[in-house]
Amino acid sequence: MKKAIVMDAKDNVATLLTDVDKDDVVQVGTGEKVTEIRIQEKIQFGHKFAMKRIDKGENVMKYGEVIGQATQDISEGKHVHVHNVESLRGRGDLP
Amino acid sequence: MELSGYLRPDGSIGFRNYVAILSSVGCANDVALRLGRMYPDVVLLTHRQGCGQLGSDKDQTARTLAGLGKNPNIAGVLVVGMGCESITAEYLADEISKTKKMVESLIVLDDGGLMAALPKGVRFLDSMLHETSQMKRVPCGLEQLILGIKCGLTDTTSGIASNPATGIAADRVVESGGTVIFGETPEIIGAEHILVKRAATQEVEERLYSVMNECEERVKASGMDIRGANPAPGNIAGGITTIEEKSLGAIKKGGGKTLQGVLGYGEIPKAKGLFFMDGPGRTPEALTGLSGAGAQVIIFSTGGGSPAGSLISPIIKVTGNPNTAQSLKDHIDVDVSSIIKGEETLEKAGQGIFQELLEVASGKATKSEILGYGMISIWNIGPHM
Repeated sequence: MKKAIVMDAKDNVATLLTDVDKDDVVQVGTGEKVTEIRIQEKIQFGHKFAMKRIDKGENVMKYGEVIGQATQDISEGKHVHVHNVESLRGRGDLP
Repeated sequence: MELSGYLRPDGSIGFRNYVAILSSVGCANDVALRLGRMYPDVVLLTHRQGCGQLGSDKDQTARTLAGLGKNPNIAGVLVVGMGCESITAEYLADEISKTKKMVESLIVLDDGGLMAALPKGVRFLDSMLHETSQMKRVPCGLEQLILGIKCGLTDTTSGIASNPATGIAADRVVESGGTVIFGETPEIIGAEHILVKRAATQEVEERLYSVMNECEERVKASGMDIRGANPAPGNIAGGITTIEEKSLGAIKKGGGKTLQGVLGYGEIPKAKGLFFMDGPGRTPEALTGLSGAGAQVIIFSTGGGSPAGSLISPIIKVTGNPNTAQSLKDHIDVDVSSIIKGEETLEKAGQGIFQELLEVASGKATKSEILGYGMISIWNIGPHM
């Protein structure tokens, strides 16, 4: 069974513990709270995927904290990374 | 197991017993190198600073160079200067001799140039090596340990495995009366609100915000965007998307104890416990700062597998990435990928790192020590004239 780890109950992304292909089913979580998510595209070990739909402009949550904002709609099981998330800190163009 | 180290005249403990040549300025490197070639066991601390620097940049460099010489892992230092530089060999020798260790200075221009200076340097090094060869380790506690902590070539396994496991070892050191320094100011951006909750005083909290804001201001003032530099390409390839994600994982390497203070770059702490040191995330500068602040051993938590070493402070390389542990086993000292595989608890892995720390401090060579990889590179915060 392919696995991913979620760091906090508030998270909307999980981190892969193995490479996955489109249509793979990944088991996320530990203890009583285990979910299964169908992957929408090929994603490599260590990268993140959406555990539920994330709308454009919505906060991306990991470790129970905001790690960035979605720059486009991201459906469940899709790769979440630099192509669809932007940082909110350290930017030269923000006041 | 029993910890052992070399008792220094000022009561500090060295966990290695080096004789070092320290350049006071880049122009003195050639003399240092020539002497170094005659004595392969002597540690060569050459760099490119020491002159043409202004204000706080000059002060920071001077403090770090003195700190390197003062590091308890060094039993004796030969400081080599030209005689014309801003940060003089005499100044550094004076500062370093406050530790009461063997210090000599060689001033190339005063001594009649390179050819005249070399025999003098040889005589100093000969006598220092003779002295250090007779020194023996004694049993000791962890109170005199300053443990430096760095993370590098971060990927998502860093925040999940190697950083939190390292943090557990850090907690053990503080509980045993020792000191831990972790740093890399860009890598608290996005996680500072968590760190400040553990600040011992209001002043510590304010200082933490202050160094972080200075860092962000520096980036904004340049009109640049921190993205593209931090996270770096290697981080991004490893799954790290934003500086916030990197920082939230990064702060775990310092453990969970109270933050006693915020040190300047290369500043030696004046108390025990956990400290944050201002400085860049870039590896050579970050490691140099830790050695200058007195760290005798450094734990380096890596995702992708940085091969970095140190000339003064042996580095224990820890990874939680199973691919890295395999492909880069010549560089990795502790493999905690068992956490990722669900085979070991974080607590057990952390205890394993702490055990390795005791063994390395007592003399066990690390992979990067054997490879002899390391460099001095001091964080530059001002222009050169």
